Amino acid sequence: MIRKEFQEYRRNRFIIYTMGTLPLIFTALPVITLFSISNTEAPSIVKTQVAITLLLLLVIPVVLPATIAAYSVIGERDQGTLEPLLTTPVTREEFLLGKSLAATIPTVGVAYTFFIVLVVAIRLGASSVVAHQVWQPSWFLAELLFAPLLAAWSVWVGTAISARSSDVRVAQQLGTLASLPALVLPLLMSLQVFKPTAAVAIVIALALAAIDVGAWRIVSKMFDRERLITGASAVTMRAEAGT
Amino acid sequence: MIGRWRRSSETSRHESTVAKRQWFARRRYGFGVRPMTWQGWLITAIAVGGAVGALAGVQKTAGEILLVGVVGLYLALAFSLGGTKRQVVTDSRASGSDDDPELENGAAKVIVPPEIYGTQTPREIAEEIISRSGKFADTAEDGASSDSVIVVSHLTKQFGQRVAFEDVSFNVHRGEVFGFLGPNGAGKTSTVRTLSTLVSPTSGTAQVAGIPLNADRDVEIRHRIAVMTEVPGLYLRLSVTENLAFFAGLYGYRDAQPRIDRALEAVNLSSRASDLCGSLSKGLRQRVGLARALLNDPEIIFLDEPTAGLDPVASLEVHDLIIDLRDKGVTVFLTTHRLDEAEKLCDRVAILNTTLRTVGRIDDLRQRMFHKSILVSTAVPLADPEGLFSSIGSVAGWSTDDTGGYVLTVSDVRVAAPAIARALVAAGADVLSLVEGHHSLEEVYLELVGAGSMGGVR
Repeated sequence: MIRKEFQEYRRNRFIIYTMGTLPLIFTALPVITLFSISNTEAPSIVKTQVAITLLLLLVIPVVLPATIAAYSVIGERDQGTLEPLLTTPVTREEFLLGKSLAATIPTVGVAYTFFIVLVVAIRLGASSVVAHQVWQPSWFLAELLFAPLLAAWSVWVGTAISARSSDVRVAQQLGTLASLPALVLPLLMSLQVFKPTAAVAIVIALALAAIDVGAWRIVSKMFDRERLITGASAVTMRAEAGT
Repeated sequence: MIGRWRRSSETSRHESTVAKRQWFARRRYGFGVRPMTWQGWLITAIAVGGAVGALAGVQKTAGEILLVGVVGLYLALAFSLGGTKRQVVTDSRASGSDDDPELENGAAKVIVPPEIYGTQTPREIAEEIISRSGKFADTAEDGASSDSVIVVSHLTKQFGQRVAFEDVSFNVHRGEVFGFLGPNGAGKTSTVRTLSTLVSPTSGTAQVAGIPLNADRDVEIRHRIAVMTEVPGLYLRLSVTENLAFFAGLYGYRDAQPRIDRALEAVNLSSRASDLCGSLSKGLRQRVGLARALLNDPEIIFLDEPTAGLDPVASLEVHDLIIDLRDKGVTVFLTTHRLDEAEKLCDRVAILNTTLRTVGRIDDLRQRMFHKSILVSTAVPLADPEGLFSSIGSVAGWSTDDTGGYVLTVSDVRVAAPAIARALVAAGADVLSLVEGHHSLEEVYLELVGAGSMGGVR
């Protein structure tokens, strides 16, 4: 499943271009801002700018897989491949995991790559106050843990919407919007509501992991072959048929 | 009077219950999840928790206002996304319209008059529909044998209030080509989807490849069957081999190349193995779909309109493939609108129009439904056909056909034909031809399904 998805990405250049363009913008703009900060800048401003930059980097694993995940089920249905696929012995867990990993792996790869590029660029080119603020273990830990967890959330929400939608465009729009709430926890950290320490990062990561597991269970339950093929679940239809 | 009042009261209560159930069915919140389910509550709890968390730390900063906005948006989204039941059904029909004429046309075809909703069972509703149409209402059920690979017993599928098919019973024998015929909306595709474990039956039982049809064993069944849908359903950006490799992987074959080669060879596509599926014609894509269906060496292949939209040459190739499959002992369950195709390929046919109208060999159906006849053609019309034919003891009746010939109803062709020939010669008739009458499958079909339902038949 994962190999097939990657083959399709490779043949569809548009996916690759969009995967690269958005993170580039999300990285380039804050880098310019951070590079303009001098050593004489007030520490509170430096802190805020760094927090906003790192938050923007966490938007990458949320936004990128959302559209891919939102396409995952409705896209198969749209091109007429869902029914042949569901008549094979593939289980819903295999199907969902294959689809989700195919969206998560490249996203996390892109997010880590751009994070590394950013921190290295700041180390080499930005002022020492900025570099000191960025090169904190808590931020590295946050990126390391949050990127896959946020991506997973985004994928599950996108897949759930994809399994219930009837139009690819609607699914993709809703998928992107619905993935954003996962940013609440990192946002609280970036806004200094919680002090950005390694312990806070771990606690937030655990909370995200719990949400991801819950989302996976819900999506797994929502993946009903009958509903995907006919538009209504067997349980609902039995209830309505009175049997 | 009391009886009538009671019935009216019960009907009214029933209608009220149905109306309430439908009202609840239409209310869907939290990404399509009803509020009373735990998923709905969980989604709502996450959203509310997020909002409370955000409000707890309010310091009137722009960031926190943004945060509250995002959570609010999420709540609004979650509560509005599900839409109504009606939308869900309509949307799914739209999405499946290419390969699912039943869903597209079913609502229009199976019209259940509003006055027969209520206390009647689905069986009663179906019987009323059939009796109103004035067509056959008998259901054929042939006996199960150890040689049966599909055994269907009183199977019914309803989509909400709509009956897709009802009380269907038949058997399919190992190694035969079994034709499944019927007009649009008759329930053919729904039957195939039920037997291929895509949808679960509302009632009744079935065995597929010797395995009972239930949710616990659906993977086992899917290992032993293959389904080729009307639309081949290929990944157009992938090559033929990549498509087949993907599906072989889903069947769990690690080194699938020999299998892929065999399947491509079987459908004469080896030379196009590396072509992108998007570059293939419709006929070739259909062949790729067939190759995919052969990958797991299935015991039973369900073919849903395999020649739809193909030119005559491509159709003939598909026919040859089906005959090859039968020769190899594969059971073919062929759903088709093309009666010529069914007549050519099928060992037995079933005719479905929501309920099963008949099952059997085509010759047996002809004999069961039509009297034997002899067609007589003469150079000039007979002066006294009534006098001539009534004098022949083995002729039960006669009529004229559109060409001016005579159609004689007989009980035994071998006895009647010589007698008719002698009588005609004795009467001085110039006989051009004297042949046994032949009723096509189309006539059988029309008789069973009715011309009124033939709008969608190609």
